[in-house]
Amino acid sequence: MERIPILRMGDLLLVTIQVDMHDRLAMTLQDDLTERIVSDGAKGVLIDISALDLVDSFIGRMISNTAAMARVLDAQTVVVGMQPAVAITLVELGLTLHGVKTALNVEKGMALLGKNIF
Amino acid sequence: MSAAQNTADMFETDLLERHRGLRTGRTSLPLRSDEDVVNLRKQVRERAVAIALSLVDQTKLVTAASELARNTIKYGGGGEAHLDTLAEGIRQGVGLIFVDNGPGIPDIELALRDGYTTGGGLGLGLSGSKRLCDEFAIDTRPGEGTAVSVVKWKR
Repeated sequence: MERIPILRMGDLLLVTIQVDMHDRLAMTLQDDLTERIVSDGAKGVLIDISALDLVDSFIGRMISNTAAMARVLDAQTVVVGMQPAVAITLVELGLTLHGVKTALNVEKGMALLGKNIF
Repeated sequence: MSAAQNTADMFETDLLERHRGLRTGRTSLPLRSDEDVVNLRKQVRERAVAIALSLVDQTKLVTAASELARNTIKYGGGGEAHLDTLAEGIRQGVGLIFVDNGPGIPDIELALRDGYTTGGGLGLGLSGSKRLCDEFAIDTRPGEGTAVSVVKWKR
């Protein structure tokens, strides 16, 4: 089955989404991440969406849900690298990713997670 | 020839009517599965790039297409998308029509309200798509189906 790889670095989980996700793939990622947070005892999740040229309401909801699930499992989520055109479209669509922490790039996202955790 | 399948021509909105004279090329794609939505997004992006829509406008159009295609599958039970390149004088645009044979939308005003959903989603598909495009029209018939058409013009 098609899957998006999740990398572990210390107590962080790293995901880089590099394919145009169909809805089932997005749901699989949400489930996989939630399971890995528990099995790996992860404290932080960094999702890099710099390669995504579209975030629609389904993907947006997946990101919000993942962040919410991570939160109740004692992990922080940071979404990094959103393209400007995606940000403009997302807000006009009506999605604000409420409750999701964001950073401009991976480096800043790591710093944000580091500050929160250590 | 089966008459069971709706075509875009069976539905009438002013926008569809205007489309008819402005089309310069059409691609029709089936909408049945998740993979069909991904393929549609790719084809819409190609159309948008071909008439040199700005990156922001490309993204808006492709996002609207993704929302409407999902609606066609989820609420309409599947259907078809028609992609048109439109030319009106020197102005160019991309027109998209989503047609299904579903139950129709009983209350369009309600369905266009932000946050209203019957499917457990966020309720942003229709209302959000309308905001993301320059023109938007719905023709829906109870028990027959729905056609949603949108246009994004090159600025």
